Amino acid sequence: MTARLFDKVWDRHVVASPDGEPPLLYIDLHLVHEVTSPQAFEGLALAGRRVRRPDLTVATMDHDVPTTGLDPVTGDGVIADPLAAEQIARLRANCAQHGITLHGLGSSQQGIVHVIGPQLGLTQPGMTVVCGDSHTSTHGAFGALAFGIGTTEVEHVLATQTLRQAKPKAMAVTVEGELPAGSTAKDLVLGIIRALGVGGGAGSVIEYRGAAIRALTMEGRMTVCNMSIEGGARAGMIAPDDTTFAYLEGRPHAPKGAAFERALADWRSLATDDGAEFDKEIRVDASALRPAVTWGTTPAQSVSIDDVVPEPDSAATPAARQAAQRALTYMDLKPGTAIRDIAVDTIFIGSCTNGRLEDLRAAAAVIRGRKVHPGVRALVVPGSALVRAQAEQEGLDKDFAQAGFEWRSAGCSMCLGMNGDILAPGERSASTSNRNFEGRQGPGGRTHLVSPAVAAATAIAGHFAAPADL
Amino acid sequence: MSGLRQVIGRGVVVQRSDVDTDQIIPAAWLKRVERTGFGAGLFEAWRADPEFPLNQPGADRARVLLSGSNFGCGSSREHAVWALQDYGFQAVVAPSFADIFRGNAISSGLVPAQVTEEAAARLDAALAAAPDAEVVVDVAERTVSVGSGVIEPFELADYARWRLLEGLDDIGLTLRHEDEIAVFEQRRAAHLPSVSGSASG
Repeated sequence: MTARLFDKVWDRHVVASPDGEPPLLYIDLHLVHEVTSPQAFEGLALAGRRVRRPDLTVATMDHDVPTTGLDPVTGDGVIADPLAAEQIARLRANCAQHGITLHGLGSSQQGIVHVIGPQLGLTQPGMTVVCGDSHTSTHGAFGALAFGIGTTEVEHVLATQTLRQAKPKAMAVTVEGELPAGSTAKDLVLGIIRALGVGGGAGSVIEYRGAAIRALTMEGRMTVCNMSIEGGARAGMIAPDDTTFAYLEGRPHAPKGAAFERALADWRSLATDDGAEFDKEIRVDASALRPAVTWGTTPAQSVSIDDVVPEPDSAATPAARQAAQRALTYMDLKPGTAIRDIAVDTIFIGSCTNGRLEDLRAAAAVIRGRKVHPGVRALVVPGSALVRAQAEQEGLDKDFAQAGFEWRSAGCSMCLGMNGDILAPGERSASTSNRNFEGRQGPGGRTHLVSPAVAAATAIAGHFAAPADL
Repeated sequence: MSGLRQVIGRGVVVQRSDVDTDQIIPAAWLKRVERTGFGAGLFEAWRADPEFPLNQPGADRARVLLSGSNFGCGSSREHAVWALQDYGFQAVVAPSFADIFRGNAISSGLVPAQVTEEAAARLDAALAAAPDAEVVVDVAERTVSVGSGVIEPFELADYARWRLLEGLDDIGLTLRHEDEIAVFEQRRAAHLPSVSGSASG
């Protein structure tokens, strides 16, 4: 009997399979943040319920925290937005009441929820991880089954440490070949989503496989798994291997000594068995993936930076043609325009997709000794307070500042524009985030998704550019 | 949450595929700490267009939203469901739904009625011909009809149907298995992490 990584993780978490009901799945780690939790805690209070496992629950503040104006180390200062201040105060009170560990503003471990879980070593192979945030799929990079949930489900997990889940299908995305020089994990995942479509992964958990996946660092794997949801998938997973184990060893919550050795034996057993079959498979050739730039309003609408804005008529179906036409109108782009000829107003480097240390290093290597193009606003928002501190140890903050970038404190920031870091109507961004939906970065804003290297080169050039163009 | 056997009322068609949750309720609205009051933010950007279907006469009385495939893609925000409900919608009819949105809808008692592309086209056409026609989404029968002319089956998992019909509290159902949860917890692997240690902030 062969089994897939997904089956192995799923099966070991089934608490009960009542007749006629979806199985009850145990949750090993519940990540909580300020935006999708207040109504869940309120529900608990109304029903007189307690948090079953505060020791398997961890909270941080990320979605609407200011990235400027507060003391970057202590978090001291006034949060100007009263609604954001209220959410943050609620999270503090709820965590205190229920004994939940909170890495809040001023904590050295504060940061985007999907950056801090791995950084703390809390995300480990074979676990189930949930959070009231769709980019929870990030944690699948460790061979965990990790997915986003809604607020009612957040309350359910708080109360029971379980979720009712019908078992999704298993899809393989096999990426063979080698990424060309200059292409990154972001370009790889944008290429996958282009092949899959925004709904292509619906109802499925993706396992990313193949030489190009194995060759990625853990941070690159997190970038890929992070965007699984942009292909509609329930989750994305990568079998744990020596790259995973080396990343985990020594992290605060990783097993130590003999316990680490025992864990390793278990983690090594998780990989999909030879000969196991998937419900669906797509194959992508990494060697064909040049740096990607989205031109539309879904993450599937991307082309290579060497390309031009496509003709809507080239889309496969009438619905896709209509969507492409609508996207071009919103983005104010004409078919046939060279991507490199599109000028931008704002650069955003950050997010749970591309706000980790390797991302900041890649961007800094491009901008070092250069200047941001006149008139372009450029922001770097580290994914966590620790990423910020590590980057400062390496002097990256000075590189960015000298080039004309704003160096901010950790948070989700302009990825979703909740905290006031937004585009003005009509403004165009090159963004390392994950969604280019209409108005995602501010009403009327126009978002192009790119890798950190392309975002950095674009900041210098003032229009889309690859580092090699400079 | 009360049970819901049938949704009866006016229908509105938003004829787009991949309607994402940022359109349904923009992020600026997510700072609210309540489950109510999101209706004014529903499709906020699109409602600036006078031609948008929700700006047409009678739309404020609509109970059923008909839209394109992959409805509710993107963010996990349940606020998208709350916004639709706060506006007055009790059911969404579409050829497919994003997974998290579908789960959130069932959790909060909004019916996600999944029809075929062909059925969706027939329902849309019937409403285009008779915008005032009564739309009925029958959860018990799993059918959606427009006026007396068109009736189409929709997909909804048995358990989801039962929950919607009964208006059940999922946590209450799960707590019936509390003993099994406790037994399961006894045999979790020793190396699994626990979140302990001091916190700040």
